[in-house]
Amino acid sequence: MDRKTGKKIMHDHNEDGIDRRGFLECMAWVGTGAFCVMQGGILKSFSMSRLGDFDAKAMAGELSFVQISDSHMGFNKPANPDVTGTLKAAVDKINGLSAPPEFLLHTGDISHLSKPEEFDTVDQILKGASAKDVLFVPGEHDVLNDDGKQYLERYGKNTKGAGWYSFDKKGVHFIGLVNVLNLKAGGLGTLGNEQLEWMEDDVKHLKSSTPIVVFAHIPLWSVYPDWGWGTQDSAQALGYLKKFGSVTVLNGHIHQTMQKVEGNVTFHTAMSTAFPQPAPGTAPSPGPMKVPDDQLRKVLGITDVNYTRGKHALAVVDSTLG
Amino acid sequence: MKIRRGVFVSSFLTAVALAGALLLAGPLDSTVHAQQPAPTAAEVKVDNFSFSPATLTVAVGTTVTWTNHDDIPHTVVSTDDPRAFRSKVMDTDEKFSYTFTKAGSFAYFCSIHPKMTGTVVVK
Repeated sequence: MDRKTGKKIMHDHNEDGIDRRGFLECMAWVGTGAFCVMQGGILKSFSMSRLGDFDAKAMAGELSFVQISDSHMGFNKPANPDVTGTLKAAVDKINGLSAPPEFLLHTGDISHLSKPEEFDTVDQILKGASAKDVLFVPGEHDVLNDDGKQYLERYGKNTKGAGWYSFDKKGVHFIGLVNVLNLKAGGLGTLGNEQLEWMEDDVKHLKSSTPIVVFAHIPLWSVYPDWGWGTQDSAQALGYLKKFGSVTVLNGHIHQTMQKVEGNVTFHTAMSTAFPQPAPGTAPSPGPMKVPDDQLRKVLGITDVNYTRGKHALAVVDSTLG
Repeated sequence: MKIRRGVFVSSFLTAVALAGALLLAGPLDSTVHAQQPAPTAAEVKVDNFSFSPATLTVAVGTTVTWTNHDDIPHTVVSTDDPRAFRSKVMDTDEKFSYTFTKAGSFAYFCSIHPKMTGTVVVK
């Protein structure tokens, strides 16, 4: 839905040769509920109004998981005085999905100020989700004051370095990266050499047909460097993934959905469960954006991801809380 | 080498006192001469993800206080290694103060939002 006119936006990129150009920047406006499928490197995206046209079975696929992001537990400013309530609403949304997700990915900024009680509250609320496994990567708000020590103690079991790790589920290889530590003055998000070397080694022995999902807090593509929305050494990380036919990159941090396809890589950012942020360059700063109270849940949400073996496709569906 | 840490100014009264001292000391001027009374306090606003003024010039001995006016937490961390100063995270309306006892140019940034940078020039 276009925010200004209330009209439905319908994308159908089947015939416009997006992948041949090798580049697409498609902004799924917050509240649109855009539905994107990648098949053989071609992105198809449709508005939620056409979801009824799809075969529900095909959509469910073999592996279904949900990405949530930027819960900012502890935030209490006008942009959302009740981040607990909206996180609970996100859990309700997850529990209402027709295909129950196998696990949840939280792409960081779990807490607002890295306080133990903020992490405790999020853990408690997420226990109410149908999916019991929750996998995390840290946001910059989760590693304040202690360079991520507390985060590692809580969420970093079986991870390497500052909390990066990989795992396999139903033939899909997942890689969780940390790009919010050791940031340099004037710079962007940073992965660092130790993590990059680990990643190179981690994917070296995988078959090129293995679908890859990479998740990290700050976007691994240059969304808007003026606001720090990018990662300095992400090109090196993506370079290790060139041989793979299907790469899906899931990020948070910018509190709005955005999507780009470059070759075999689909980049996607998720909505926050706490508060929206302005579109790049549309405000003096990327601070929390205040919307009318009855509009708030239309700009917060979750991201549902489905994979079907053999179809070479990961479907990414954003849905708002209200 | 011992790193001197700044202290949080938690009391509003202290802030008022600092502001008063600033007024008594007269307007800040980068061309202050040694024989003139040196300012003892100066302020930097943290607002809209930026430090203002981005470059602040003060006399040796000046205590600089940063105040966060954003809805998002920020930090004040010197760029040098070892770090001359490093605040804890400052939530909305929280302050951090550091007294500059040596002349020089001190670059700093917000370690959470590294695009935010500033400099204190101490003469």
